[in-house]
Amino acid sequence: MPIKTESFYLNVGPQHPSTHGVFRLRLALDGEVVTDVEPIVGYLHRGIEKLAETRTYTQIIPLTDRLDYLASMTDNVAYCVAVEKLAGIKVPERAEYIRIIFSELMRISSHMMAVGFYLNDCGAFFTPVLYMWREREKIIDLFDMVCGQRLLYNYMRVGGVSQDLPDEFMPALKKFIDEMPRYIGEYNQLIKQNEIFLARSKGVGILPKETAINIGASGPVLRASGVKWDLRKMDPYSLYDRFDFDICTGEVGDCYDRYWVRMQEMTQSLRIIEQAMKQMPDKGPVRADVPQFFRPPAGEAYGYIEAPKGNLGFYIVSDGSIAPYRLHIFPPTLINITALRDMVIGWKVADLIIIFGSMDVVLGEIDR
Amino acid sequence: MTLLDQFQLILKSQNWPDWAVYLVPALVGILIIISVVLTVVIVYIWWERRLISRFQIRLGPNRCGPEGIFQPIATAVKILLKEDIVPEKADKLIHFIAPITVFVPILLIFAVVPFGEGAILADLNVGIVYVVAISSISVIGIFMAAWASGNKYSFISGMRSIAQMVSYEIPVVLSIVGIALVAGSFSMLKIVEAQSIPFIILQPLGFLIFFLGSLAEMNRSPFDLLEADSEIVAGYHIEYSGMKFAMFYLGEYGVALAYAGIITTLFLSGWQGPLLPPVIWFLIKVMMVFSVIVWIRSTLPRFRVDQLTAFAWKFMLPLAVINLVLIAIEVLVIPTAMQWIMILVNFGFAAVLILLWSKLFTLGGGRVEV
Repeated sequence: MPIKTESFYLNVGPQHPSTHGVFRLRLALDGEVVTDVEPIVGYLHRGIEKLAETRTYTQIIPLTDRLDYLASMTDNVAYCVAVEKLAGIKVPERAEYIRIIFSELMRISSHMMAVGFYLNDCGAFFTPVLYMWREREKIIDLFDMVCGQRLLYNYMRVGGVSQDLPDEFMPALKKFIDEMPRYIGEYNQLIKQNEIFLARSKGVGILPKETAINIGASGPVLRASGVKWDLRKMDPYSLYDRFDFDICTGEVGDCYDRYWVRMQEMTQSLRIIEQAMKQMPDKGPVRADVPQFFRPPAGEAYGYIEAPKGNLGFYIVSDGSIAPYRLHIFPPTLINITALRDMVIGWKVADLIIIFGSMDVVLGEIDR
Repeated sequence: MTLLDQFQLILKSQNWPDWAVYLVPALVGILIIISVVLTVVIVYIWWERRLISRFQIRLGPNRCGPEGIFQPIATAVKILLKEDIVPEKADKLIHFIAPITVFVPILLIFAVVPFGEGAILADLNVGIVYVVAISSISVIGIFMAAWASGNKYSFISGMRSIAQMVSYEIPVVLSIVGIALVAGSFSMLKIVEAQSIPFIILQPLGFLIFFLGSLAEMNRSPFDLLEADSEIVAGYHIEYSGMKFAMFYLGEYGVALAYAGIITTLFLSGWQGPLLPPVIWFLIKVMMVFSVIVWIRSTLPRFRVDQLTAFAWKFMLPLAVINLVLIAIEVLVIPTAMQWIMILVNFGFAAVLILLWSKLFTLGGGRVEV
């Protein structure tokens, strides 16, 4: 007599340690094997796009902080780039360099969190996270020195940045840049050769090149699948055409490649910061002359940058008043997780967790 | 002659009635063992939290008393004051019995752990077999808890627990047989007395298999799939709170203490050591074993469930069998006085076998077509 089996349904989240926020997955399981998955988003919806319609262009900047709260600096930059495109504002050179330095620091910090929590999802009991936090703390201290905030910076302004760097910033940054390669080497030494880590992540959750392009994935997730695409090179915004750096790509697009692309990008970001420190003018304005309640001409603009998690875009429609008529956010992680179903089916519950972790999602950005 | 027998003789010479001569020393012994074990478990919890925080470049609990030594007591008081919640869909009776079924066998293990020369509650002539038999009972407790909770996460955990225990018991028992062959006895006292050279040096491969197997048996990282908090949140004790949860918590550390004690007895020459009194030596060695366990926990990621069983059947079982055959031949061929030959041969074999198997063996698994 054959044994009767039935698949059963499991809710992962919205309150679950490994969903990185309030994300919910409805799984259909056959034993431990995932046969179907339905992601349910919206638990962190705060209506940022609608709120933006009732605020002035400067007041929207703190709202963008709350999108990807592990990379607030780049959210600010993306929004400001969009508004500057809309109003045709020229940003002073020194401000551009400050933006680039801060974006790259933010990228290092965000990637460190991604790798740390990815290992946590693999089952390493918080040690990787705490080691990553040690260095992230130094980056946060640098931001704190400049803008007095540690998580939601609200530092960028339309036409530049809110204030110039203090005198002690550059020596502290220099010290960080000198120390960091040693720590990255330490992380690689601890993680890269670990047999259990390799067994868990090599070949797991493969995102093929074609699928990645078809869904419109971006950021490390896309590059890990072997697509050489980085907005900093492909469509250099700001002053990124002045720097010499490589686009890091993976080979097969599994969890290991996504981890390794992030580790390599940290090194590339350090290279960019080093060059920016050399090229940056010592003095000069850091903010274009933009009034507090400025009214951009009626029209529309789409500004986008390469945020740590991918291609982050802001689409702004202006009707000539002090508030935008419509603001739409193009979030990279929401686009990336649309591939989740194809990636996890046939894998086990434990794999689902690490595949989801390797996508590096932040719910603030997905739900907005 | 154990301390318990001596106590009985003293009572007999005082003309106590027969039933009292039998009962009183046993009860006193049990009380001493339970209080010592629970105290050491509390020290253990503190030690793990402090040590793991050092591995993780943080301070750990340091507010309650000097170096935070009273933190486990504060935790215990907090847990005692918690509401005892039983889910509506739970099987109430089984839900109640399960923590006891997990905790009691762990206490029973300590009956045959020799804390010092003669300081053993029951010197069974099959001591180590008794340990293997008793410790598998708590698996039933875990499965009962998982099933009775009526929670899907704990259900997955219960399924995992059965697969894990069935797989790992076999290599563990096979490596114990290797010990028994050399010591010529299953009795814990005899095994310790046979170790003029600690068996970790005499049988490195056996030690490795036993150590990894016992990590799996006590659900410690990297085999902590039962409570994998990043996957199935807390596994089988997800629906437990208050004192019932404390039973699981104590049981988890109690079993770690028990296995650390057994590893010390079987492989690290038990209480033997120069200068210091035997009990101190025993506790030092137990703490060393436990510190290694904590070290592993803070370092390694977790196996996946299919890799876990693959590791047991494809890697540990063949090596355990080869180890057993090797030891058996050596015991037959090499005279006792020439044990250094055995050490050389065993270390050579251990190195070659592990290198060879790590090349041959793959964890396998992967995507299942659905």
